[in-house]
Amino acid sequence: MSSEPTEVHHEEHGEHDTMTRKKIWNVFFVLLGITTIEFIIALYMVPKGIIPGHIANPVYIVLTLLKAFYIVAYFMHLKFEKVGLVYAILVPILFIIGLILVLTNESHHWIDLRL
Amino acid sequence: MSATVSQIDEIKTTPWSGGRSPFNVEYGKMMMWFFLLSDAFTFSSLLIAYGALRFSASTWPGADKIFQSIPGLVEHGAPLVFVGLMTFILIMSSVTMVLAVEAGHRNSKKEVVMWMIFTVIGGFMFLGCQALEWNHLHSEGFWWSSIPTNTETLKEFFNGGTLVAQQTSAHQFANLFFTITGFHGFHVFSGVIINIIITINVLVGTYEKRGSYLMIEKVGLYWHFVDLVWVFVFTFFYLV
Repeated sequence: MSSEPTEVHHEEHGEHDTMTRKKIWNVFFVLLGITTIEFIIALYMVPKGIIPGHIANPVYIVLTLLKAFYIVAYFMHLKFEKVGLVYAILVPILFIIGLILVLTNESHHWIDLRL
Repeated sequence: MSATVSQIDEIKTTPWSGGRSPFNVEYGKMMMWFFLLSDAFTFSSLLIAYGALRFSASTWPGADKIFQSIPGLVEHGAPLVFVGLMTFILIMSSVTMVLAVEAGHRNSKKEVVMWMIFTVIGGFMFLGCQALEWNHLHSEGFWWSSIPTNTETLKEFFNGGTLVAQQTSAHQFANLFFTITGFHGFHVFSGVIINIIITINVLVGTYEKRGSYLMIEKVGLYWHFVDLVWVFVFTFFYLV
């Protein structure tokens, strides 16, 4: 099939097109923007009582995961790799989620064991 | 006959039918990814242990109460400003690293060297800030298994709780903080050393002779990972 080699070639070409200097600075401003939002929440909104602390925490975590996505996808270039490599890296992260679930659940029982 | 042969050849062109890497990345780069995955497990274990101990504690030092100073400028009343600067420095050095990779794609040796030097400077600035941060906490009495002995001083870092609970939590906080930021700082330090070695290689012309600046991408992956870990350390130690 003659379309196969050209398709591969096209993908390689697209890879170089995607991380131009403009795009790099765009990602930088996204990261800077998210960090600024986190600071506004931590230094202004929570102390003034606009957002209660127990709502701010999940917001921090969502914003952190968003930052992590931008770093891994664009700076570490994972978004432009073959789908096989993407899954080889991302699927094992399920083990980490598993440990988080187990230990947060467990820690609620530790409270009773402590002073 | 010839038609059958070409049919077999057609089947062999799919990514998973053998003959070539389905991942389509160079060996060293793939191994760097796998190393980073294992490193992610290590950092996750440390941070999850921190989370579990903090969840099970009745009281915990407030981040805005502990991290109040800008070393050398303000002693109190500037919560999170200094760590904001550290975060900015690390994101910035991550950007200069991608710019080095981008320059490598264009085989522009001069630009690669320039951006790599900026990245190394960023790394050193971060390490310097961390040294000041550690020194500040140490001067307040925190260190591995060491907390302020004065109970009145200790009380200022908390929003309540009994003295025993405060002492236990402060101990755990000190141990976890110095272990996790120390382990991260050690990664930054090794990253800076690796970046310096690679910059010297670029200057000597190793990658020019090789015809590709792929090595910049591989050390870049490590450097971005260090930034990635800091994003999580920052959130869980300074914000939550």
